[in-house]
Amino acid sequence: MDLTEQQIERYSRHIILQDVGGKGQLKLNKAKILLIGAGGLGSPAGLYLAAAGIGTIGLVDGDVVDLSNLQRQIMHSTATLGQPKVESGRKTLSAINPEITIKTYHQLVDAENILSLVSQYDIVLDGSDNFTTRFLVNDACFFAKKTLISASMFRFEGQLTTIKPHQGYPCYRCLYPEPPPAGLVPNCQEAGVLGVLAGTMGILQASEAIKEILDIGETIADKLLIYDALEMKFRKVGRPKDPACPLCGPNPKIKDLSLDYTVTCTI
Amino acid sequence: MIKVRIPTPLRPLTKGQGEVETNAGSVVEMIEVLNSTHPGIKDRLCDETGELRRFVNIYVNEEDIRFLKGKDTSLKDGDEVSIVPAIAGG
Repeated sequence: MDLTEQQIERYSRHIILQDVGGKGQLKLNKAKILLIGAGGLGSPAGLYLAAAGIGTIGLVDGDVVDLSNLQRQIMHSTATLGQPKVESGRKTLSAINPEITIKTYHQLVDAENILSLVSQYDIVLDGSDNFTTRFLVNDACFFAKKTLISASMFRFEGQLTTIKPHQGYPCYRCLYPEPPPAGLVPNCQEAGVLGVLAGTMGILQASEAIKEILDIGETIADKLLIYDALEMKFRKVGRPKDPACPLCGPNPKIKDLSLDYTVTCTI
Repeated sequence: MIKVRIPTPLRPLTKGQGEVETNAGSVVEMIEVLNSTHPGIKDRLCDETGELRRFVNIYVNEEDIRFLKGKDTSLKDGDEVSIVPAIAGG
């Protein structure tokens, strides 16, 4: 498959980059990326991935667009209030780039459906809003050997890392072995978040995903990036593989998705 | 002096300060000192048995203390400590 004349023009600013070129653009056009959550992080990531010509973008989200989402979830608009977020997102992404395929899943992810979802994609972006999903997605991507780009945010602070234990790097449980019990760490949107922080973190996820597909640059898989918007500081801390990791360590306790992943969301 | 970076979720305990300075010879001592000046912080970092919680990481100069000597990891003048809890917002 070659690029059409129109594609050469659409992606010309990529193609002239030495590290991308026509070959790299073709890789992007063939890539399949799943966005878990079509909200604050999934919106900016989705917009740029669609613009970049990612061939297939999957959107998973069980919610509908709410007025309180529009402060940060830029894939949606006042005109799509009340619609499933995946449908609203599909319209926006198709308008940016009608050449790509957008698959929508208007559902929550759970232990029953997650493996079949992630196995259809090359890379997964976690933009979910709760620990239950984050641990479930980590474990599923581990078993399916899929690279996971994880970002999360809280008020004015964001975290980002790439998770690819199948390439020898640590998993999410190496970083945080267990989710917090209910009430100890606020984990709901109701805690508040600076809208534009979602943009910063979601776009960093998209950037790392594109680098993974093109196999260029440095990975953040052995680091955790912490962004403090108030202090305007980006810091990286080390993220080693945990030899006692219950998932990716040499003596794993977690061998399938039969755990109870439920963590009650309480502030 | 040791600089301790306080994450957003714990800043209500430090009157909003993102960074506090302290003197301590180890992480466990630092937690006690912080708790005396900012009561409640120990409960957020440690469980009932005094062990560090498994969803809060403490870094000394960018190294996770779980891979050093845990809460017995020593601190010296000029060290920078970061407290980094898991966050889940998306």
